[in-house]
Amino acid sequence: MIETTLAFVAQVLRISAPYGLAAVGGVFSERAGVVNIALEGILLSGAFGAVYGTLASGNPWIGLLVGVAAGLAVAALHAAVTIFARADQILSGLAINLLAFGGTRCLLEAIYHSASNSPRIDALAPLPIPFLASIPALGDLLTSPLFLLAILVIVLAQGLLFGTGFGLALRAAGDGPRALDGAGLSLTALRWSGVLLSGFFAGMAGVWLAMEQHSFTDGMSGGRGYIALAAMIVGKWSPLGAALACLLFGAAETLQIRLPDGLVPAQFLQMIPYLVTLLVLAGWIGRATPPAKLGEAYDREEAE
Amino acid sequence: MKLRRRRSGHGQDPLAGALEGIAPPARRPGLLWLVLRSLGPVFLSVVLGLGLAAIFARLLGASPAVFFETLFAGTLGSAYGVSQVVFRATPLIFTGLAVALAFQARLFNIGAEGQMAIGGLAMAFVGASVGALPFPLAMFVALAGGALAGGVWGAIPGVLKARTGSHEVIVTIMLNFIAFALVNYLLSRRLALPETVRTAEIAASAQLPRLSEWSDALRGSPLNAGFLLAVLAAFALQAWSARTPAGFSLQILGEGPMQARYAGIPIARFTVLAMTLSGALAGLAACNFVLGYKHYFEEGFTAGAGFQGIAVALFARNRPLWVVPSALFFGLLSYGGLVANGIVPRELLDVVQAVILISFIVLDRALRRITRRAFEPAPIQVTPQAEPA
Repeated sequence: MIETTLAFVAQVLRISAPYGLAAVGGVFSERAGVVNIALEGILLSGAFGAVYGTLASGNPWIGLLVGVAAGLAVAALHAAVTIFARADQILSGLAINLLAFGGTRCLLEAIYHSASNSPRIDALAPLPIPFLASIPALGDLLTSPLFLLAILVIVLAQGLLFGTGFGLALRAAGDGPRALDGAGLSLTALRWSGVLLSGFFAGMAGVWLAMEQHSFTDGMSGGRGYIALAAMIVGKWSPLGAALACLLFGAAETLQIRLPDGLVPAQFLQMIPYLVTLLVLAGWIGRATPPAKLGEAYDREEAE
Repeated sequence: MKLRRRRSGHGQDPLAGALEGIAPPARRPGLLWLVLRSLGPVFLSVVLGLGLAAIFARLLGASPAVFFETLFAGTLGSAYGVSQVVFRATPLIFTGLAVALAFQARLFNIGAEGQMAIGGLAMAFVGASVGALPFPLAMFVALAGGALAGGVWGAIPGVLKARTGSHEVIVTIMLNFIAFALVNYLLSRRLALPETVRTAEIAASAQLPRLSEWSDALRGSPLNAGFLLAVLAAFALQAWSARTPAGFSLQILGEGPMQARYAGIPIARFTVLAMTLSGALAGLAACNFVLGYKHYFEEGFTAGAGFQGIAVALFARNRPLWVVPSALFFGLLSYGGLVANGIVPRELLDVVQAVILISFIVLDRALRRITRRAFEPAPIQVTPQAEPA
């Protein structure tokens, strides 16, 4: 019984981790005032980068770096289009997702001569932590460097956003850019850092996917970027809230895998994240208020 | 979207006199500038996209010249190629119109993909159950079923926006995924043939006729009367937007909620109306595949047409009649990917579309800025007078 419970918990954590990372990324971008539908594309690029880096160097740690760098690069494109050129944030995100799906598929064919998947890669080796490794079912997860790193950065993210001057300024970039500009802080720099942070987190989520699966497969992000957006809303734009929402979504997905066929149709469990998000958005469960100036390019010359 | 407004009285702006001496007169942009302003971003972004395609083709070890030659010969070089392009443009016209209609009311419908899937399933279900009816009637009933289902699915974000203020972008994204899961459930539990992800065939009397029945040059082409319906829909929407009170109210709503309130337009009702009509158009997009091509519903048949509709509407600047050429262009790129597949990966054309889209929104925004600087008067500066001591 305990064994089954622990196995269930382990699976929930495994499924939730990439959601959590990407959702925290979304929080940073949106708190800074930039809608980030590009999370899906960033995730996919991060996964491809991880596989490419690992195969090219033979070292999964290099893969981690390359994956995060790929996420940062895609996020930088989103930032350039939306902050520097002040183009529409939603359109930019959609176009970048299309770019990431088409681009990774082209690279897959060009580099690995396959339309569907890359060769197998090795994941990061577990850390030799004596006590944790012996816990049944959870041991593998608790000694996984990527998992520990994910927990660490999610907790740090909460502190960064709500406990530092930088976090305060970042939130002001989304809530009152005019005041921020008037106070002499660089709105451009803050919005760039928000979007780049989302690239860092969502890129890492992509690395997680690639290392769990030991390969890159075509379109492997599979809508996780959008689930992360949903979790961000349900978590009311806070890193810990978003991470908790991801656990809820992860539990629903685990149930869908583990429940015997026919008890509850799998498709209804699949809908849970989206339905919960709709209910939250409509104000029937709590109230989700997005940053006040979310989605608006800031132009000093334009009247409010 | 600018409306053609009839000048009243002497054709003079009544405010012009009042502002004389206070505001500097606005310079009027010339015709050349207007053309450059509206078509410049389109052409530049296409050139950029195709230029990048040439570079990528070279990097992937293919000759750019051969790539473009194959692309051109396969798509526009024969009647069959053209018919394939038009066939692929057909659903894009519908989804482009769907997105454009919502955009006119300043609503962003990202949910055309889900609305199309729901509409398609309803169309196949109705189409299979109306075998007793004669030809054109059964077909129209099936079309109506698809439009109705898509409209209901589109109405949900409209109602949520009107009643709770939830942003339609997130709601339509969520509804897309709910739609896919719902369609999957209905297929697997009720409607699909055993061991497949498709429904039974629709009745012969509900099918859209193939155009190859009328011309030998189109032998084997999937092009069907759905295209004619799509063009008809574009004209109908144009007339509706420009010539009816409801269409006009939608334009005012697109100017902004303040303007709409001032004009006495019931915002909630028109928000729901815009999203419902948009969803119905997206639902109709399924007719090309379900009623005209395969004659059944198959999971995943939408193939991104709902999302491409956004690009189509963008290029057409939400003008219904311009949606048709815009959809033909994106249809050409889609079919071009298949044609050039032997030389470069098919997805290269997806990359091209993405590059075109990104450069278009960047260039368009830049030109808007330049236009504003050059032609709009500087805002009137009101300097507070110093209080006399």
